[in-house]
This record gives sequence, C-alpha cells and structure tokens, in this order.
Amino acid sequence: MCGIVGLLVKKPALRPRLGELMVPMLIGMTERGPDSAGLAVFTEPLQENARKISLYSGMSEEGADFNWLGLGHELKAHLGIDATITSQGNHAILTAAIAPEPVKRWIKERYPKLHILSTGRSIDLYKDIGTPTEVAARYAFSGLAGSHLVGHTRMATESAVTPDRAHPFTAGEDFCLVHNGSLSNPYGVRRMLEPHGIRFETDNDTEAACRFLEWRLREGDDLETALQKGFEELDGFYTFLMGTADKLALIRDPFACKPAVVAETDDYVAIASEFRSLAHLPDIKHATVFEPAPEEMYVWNA
Amino acid sequence: MERMSFDLAQTSLRELNSFLHRDAPATGVRQVVVTNPDGAHNIAVGLDCPVEVEVHGHAGYYAGGMNKTGTVTIFGSAGTGVAENMMSGRVQVKGFASNGAGASMHGGLLVIDGDAGLRCGISLKGGDIVVGGSVGSFSAFMAQAGRMVICGNAGDALGDSLYEAVLYVKGHIKSLGADAQIEPMGEADFAVVRELLDAAGLNHDPHDFKRVASARSLYHWNAEADQEY
Repeated sequence: MCGIVGLLVKKPALRPRLGELMVPMLIGMTERGPDSAGLAVFTEPLQENARKISLYSGMSEEGADFNWLGLGHELKAHLGIDATITSQGNHAILTAAIAPEPVKRWIKERYPKLHILSTGRSIDLYKDIGTPTEVAARYAFSGLAGSHLVGHTRMATESAVTPDRAHPFTAGEDFCLVHNGSLSNPYGVRRMLEPHGIRFETDNDTEAACRFLEWRLREGDDLETALQKGFEELDGFYTFLMGTADKLALIRDPFACKPAVVAETDDYVAIASEFRSLAHLPDIKHATVFEPAPEEMYVWNA
Repeated sequence: MERMSFDLAQTSLRELNSFLHRDAPATGVRQVVVTNPDGAHNIAVGLDCPVEVEVHGHAGYYAGGMNKTGTVTIFGSAGTGVAENMMSGRVQVKGFASNGAGASMHGGLLVIDGDAGLRCGISLKGGDIVVGGSVGSFSAFMAQAGRMVICGNAGDALGDSLYEAVLYVKGHIKSLGADAQIEPMGEADFAVVRELLDAAGLNHDPHDFKRVASARSLYHWNAEADQEY
C-alpha cells in the first residue's frame, strides 16, 4: 500500500491556503499508509546565492529538545555563516547565503545523527513516523504556503519504519519523489549509481529511484527524458509523484499496479492514490477527474 | 414503490449496505439513492434482491461487487474492481472505470459508458461486459465464458490465454495476447453485438466489430512448446 497526494494551485491567491487544502487529502490516505507521513512543499525561490536546508533531529539523542540555537552559533563560529534557523520541535529550516555542500558536510561530521531532509532554493521537507493526522499536527501542515506540494502516507513493505525511510525522498536540490509500490531492482540501480559517486542514506527501494532520476536531471536530461529513462531502468510496481521547483510530475508502471487519480479545475491540479482524498476539495463536483494511464508522463507547471 | 435516500456524508457505508442486505428485501424498498459517495469503497456490494441503487458521484473500489439480481447505476466514475464477481443483475458506470472492472464475473451485465482501465473482464466466467470507450492492457485475461463488447480500442495482450469467452472490438487492438485470434463475424455474432449494444443503450453498427476468440492451442499442455507460445 502507501498513499500519495499532490496539489498544485494555479492562482497565486491560493498559495497561502496550500497546506490547509492538502491536510484532508493526506489524512484521507491514512488507511493506505498509517505508519509514517511526510511532504515537500515548494515555496517562492530564494535568491540565486541562498539555500535552505530542512533538518530533522528526531533520530538524535536530544530529539525534539535539540539545541537549534546552538547549531546556529556553531555555524557562525566554525564556518562564519549567518544562518536563520526556524525550528519546530525536531524539525528546522536553516536558511543562509551559502554553497550548501560544505555546510552539509560539516553538519554530518559534527552532528552525525542530524538528518538532512532536503536542500534547495524552494523546497521545505517534513517527514516522520506516526499517523498522517499526528504528523500533520506535529509540523502544523495546515499553515504551509507555497505553489505546489508532494505528500505521502506510508505502509512500509520494503524497509523498516523509521523517519529517514519515510517519504518524500530527495536528492540534489529542489527535487523530491514519493512512491506507492515496490521496486524489484533497487540494488541493481544502486550498484549502477554508486560508481558515479552517488551515495545512499538508507536501504529503501524508493531512494534508488529518487537518486536515479535526480542523477539523470543533473547529467542534463530534461524531466521528460529522465522519466523515459526511468521507465527503462526501474523495474517493479510504482506510481511516482515528483516535485521540482516549478513542476509536479507523475508516472505509473506499465501494469498500472498502483493507483492514481487526478482532479483538475481552474484553481488547482490535485493528485491522489484514490478519489477519497480528493472528495473534499473545493468545487470538486465540477473538476475534470481522470485516471492517469500507465507508462505515460504527466507534468504540470507551477 | 418506496424510495430511500442515503447521504454518505451523514450516514455510514455500513448502514447503507446493511439496509440493502436486510431491510430492502424485507420492506420491499426497490429504489435507493446514494449521494456523496466521495470515493468510498464497497458501495452496494453483495446485493441479493432486485433493488435499484443509484450512486450520484464517484465510487471507490468494488462498487456493486458480487451483485445478484440488483441494479446499480453510478453517475460518476468507479474505482478498482467495479462489479467484480457479479452473479446476475446489472451494473452501469456512467463515467470511467478503473482497473479490474467486472473481474471474475459469473453473470449479469456490466456497462461502462466511458473507458475501462487495465484487466477489464479478467477471468470472466460468464455474463456480459459492454464498454463504450476503450479498455486497457490485459483485458479479458483468461476469460472463461461470457461476452465483451468494446466500442473503442483495446490495449496490449487482449484476451491472453482466453478460454471460451468471446470479445467484440470496434477500434484498434494494440496487441492480442497468447492464443487469442481474430475470427470472422457470423450472423450470430452480429446479433449478439446488436443485442448487447441495445441492452447498454449504445448506438454502433455491429458490422464495424471484430470477433476475438481463443485459438484453443493452450487447452492442452504441450511439453514440446518449451514455454514459447
């Protein structure tokens, strides 16, 4: 099982309501994924030289009592970085005018149990174990604003129930992927990627798909070309929903083993595993509702 | 004839289904209207009396499954497995249907006005399916008995490992499955297509349809075939 949800609002006036519109969608997928939940929200991008890094302290000894203020002071003392850290229990978003890689390396060395959730100019990422209702309340999802988001409710089948194995997965910058299904060749994909210097953080099959597609994008493929290569290289059952700074993209395996349904109005494009999660969106009765075909690419621009 | 309404925004699905199972036959209610289905699973499953159920909105998985003598009309789309295992009666989807529509049906008539997803009529054991639009890949896989009329196109591997079910397709067949073959239409075939189109309320010329049936070469195990069919 697992549930996926995605929402892209077409009108800037709706961006402040993105989270509020999405929370019932996420909670609607509880039966499909009761053990963990997460989402990536894409906001107005930061300036060219700035980055934000989403961080999770739930796997450290301090947990929700992690000293985020102290992390800010250390970054200043050791790297001379003036970072803004907005924290909420075990989650924080660090924003600074930085080249992100050296900072991330420093964080990993100094705080190996701090989990780096995402990096980019637009993406904020939240994920944790618990029911979708609990996770949504923990991070106040209903207050999130942005142009589009990708969410997931997990029923683990291929790897353990831990926060880092929850979805979305990210790789590189401003890219994330959620998955309903199970891949049959994730280790083959990993063995192919590792010689390219690509490192994995978990044993989760979805991470292989995420890193494969991000690698193709980084190698210069456009999203459509990368997805086409995904059809060729990734074997198994999948509905993938991906987010980039300005796009949502959806693909299903050739056997359409895992569900997806799309509802579109003048105001939004909403995607979910089942219509149950779309039923309470505004004006849904007049939405165009369709089931995406297998082995087709669906890309929506924010 | 008494008519009952159930608003699934107010009433639980269990209440609706237990009414359909116990009270509808007992009280003689013959018409039930369901509003705000909101994609709920298992709407009107296991009907066992000649009740007419109208569902206004999109239904979730297995709507009208195991139906016997009932009539279910969905004014919207249907999720996976609509009318699966239907024994008799009629289920009609006014919109599109997802995967596995009419899976393992034994009898009755399933009408899908729009497109059907993959594996429509998989393991059909009897009864009739009429699809106004197209069907996805692997439809009628291992279909044993019954008839399917497809007014649009068919995806890959149509009728793979067919037994005695017969398929009629108006549009393009992307590929036939193992042991499925196109056969000439006879007078009896035109009559069947006409009968089923009339029953579904669809207007097409039976002469535009192709007949797909089993070549029956998989009926007996062939040790020489070396798993190459």
